[in-house]
Amino acid sequence: MRITLHVWRQKNSTDTGGMKEYTVDGVSEDMSFLEMLDLVNENLINEGKEPIAFDHDCREGICGTCSLMINGIAHGPDAAITTCQLHMRSFKDGDAIHIEPWRSLAFPVVRDLVVDRSSFDRIVQAGGYVSINAGAAQDANCLPIPKPDSDTSMDAAACIGCGACVASCPNGSAMLFVSAKIGHLAHLPQGQPERYKRARDMVAQMDAEGFGACSNHYECEAVCPKEIPVKFIAKMNRDFFKATMCSES
Amino acid sequence: MSLGTTMKSSIGAKALMAITGIILVLFVIGHMVGNLQVFLGPDALNQYAHTLQSLGPILWIIRLVLLTTLVAHIWSAAVVVRMSVAARPVDYQKRKDLTTGFAARTMLVSGIVVALFIVYHVLHFTTGTIDMAESYGQMLPDGGGHDVYKMVIEGFQHPLTTIVYCLATVVLCLHLSHGISSLMQTLGFRNDSNAARIDKVGPVLAIIILIGNLSMPIAALTGLIK
Repeated sequence: MRITLHVWRQKNSTDTGGMKEYTVDGVSEDMSFLEMLDLVNENLINEGKEPIAFDHDCREGICGTCSLMINGIAHGPDAAITTCQLHMRSFKDGDAIHIEPWRSLAFPVVRDLVVDRSSFDRIVQAGGYVSINAGAAQDANCLPIPKPDSDTSMDAAACIGCGACVASCPNGSAMLFVSAKIGHLAHLPQGQPERYKRARDMVAQMDAEGFGACSNHYECEAVCPKEIPVKFIAKMNRDFFKATMCSES
Repeated sequence: MSLGTTMKSSIGAKALMAITGIILVLFVIGHMVGNLQVFLGPDALNQYAHTLQSLGPILWIIRLVLLTTLVAHIWSAAVVVRMSVAARPVDYQKRKDLTTGFAARTMLVSGIVVALFIVYHVLHFTTGTIDMAESYGQMLPDGGGHDVYKMVIEGFQHPLTTIVYCLATVVLCLHLSHGISSLMQTLGFRNDSNAARIDKVGPVLAIIILIGNLSMPIAALTGLIK
């Protein structure tokens, strides 16, 4: 396949950057999207040019490191996958593909397609943990948790923190991420003692990082590689209301 | 956490918008049901208007509450919009929407249009400052208050006025179709079992309000009610 790429190039965080066009031949439909970019970079290096910087790590869809806006959709056109799990068979010979970094005040561009997502780490540091000593793994059924609760908790815990929710949101809101991090603990007994303080502190940190406000477009749910539903945002809002209206701490 | 800090947070501002939104939706429904009495004839509408007018200070309390609600709704919208605009200083060259609709994307514009229409509507029918027919403020011969029925019919005799009302009603319908469903999610009522119903209730209520509100100016202009 022959593919034309329009890629965002930016030297560093202070550079203004711009779109650059590249043509790549010999793309196999079995290549992953990142392998296609590897091919482009190999050609660029052979030509003595600077390769395109992009984030990637596990390349098996579980780490949340890859992060590309492909033709205007976070992680590309296929549902419920990360960029590394997108394959070139989803495109046709002669296609033009636009690649941009996540766009958010809280995700500054480091270089080309690489953004700094440490704002997510700071939100988790604000309360996305339990301070009690949970000890070693316990015997099965030692701590009874109803199946619907553990299932819901696991649905939220599937979040890999890739930031596609922020990238796709028309408002640049991080509420799906924050609600998943609040939600997985809110459904487990270990998460109860700090439940409301957690909701309040993590939301405060989310706002401080400069993320936008949710206006229920549900674009985040549509692009989430782990299909985390927006019901967690409703749950987070409920916890936040209780935290601000009822909590004493 | 103080109430002021809560209201300025992203979720607090949205909650304020949702709660004031509920009050405004209830007002829109009540306002429409009351006005639909125009189809019951002059006596019914004039009687209804007279009852409202004779509330005296209570009417002013209601007006004040509604105005405060409206100001709070607009203020919270300003907080939310400012956060969202600031959140993406560099926009995408290309971004595709997958699930959101026209109504959701145009909430700011439809909100501004509805706000401007409210000003026009008050100047038109409540104070009679603009575009009013000669019958504005005319009293009924039997001392039963203002002849509101005649004022409404004459007020909609200008096609331009009627068109403005119809367009504003359509824009209000768009605003409500997203707003009503959206406020339920914001206030945390939406879950797996009711999501489909909640997503429908906004558009359905908005269309009912659209039909009800469109029927009056059109009926008056076409002479269906005289």
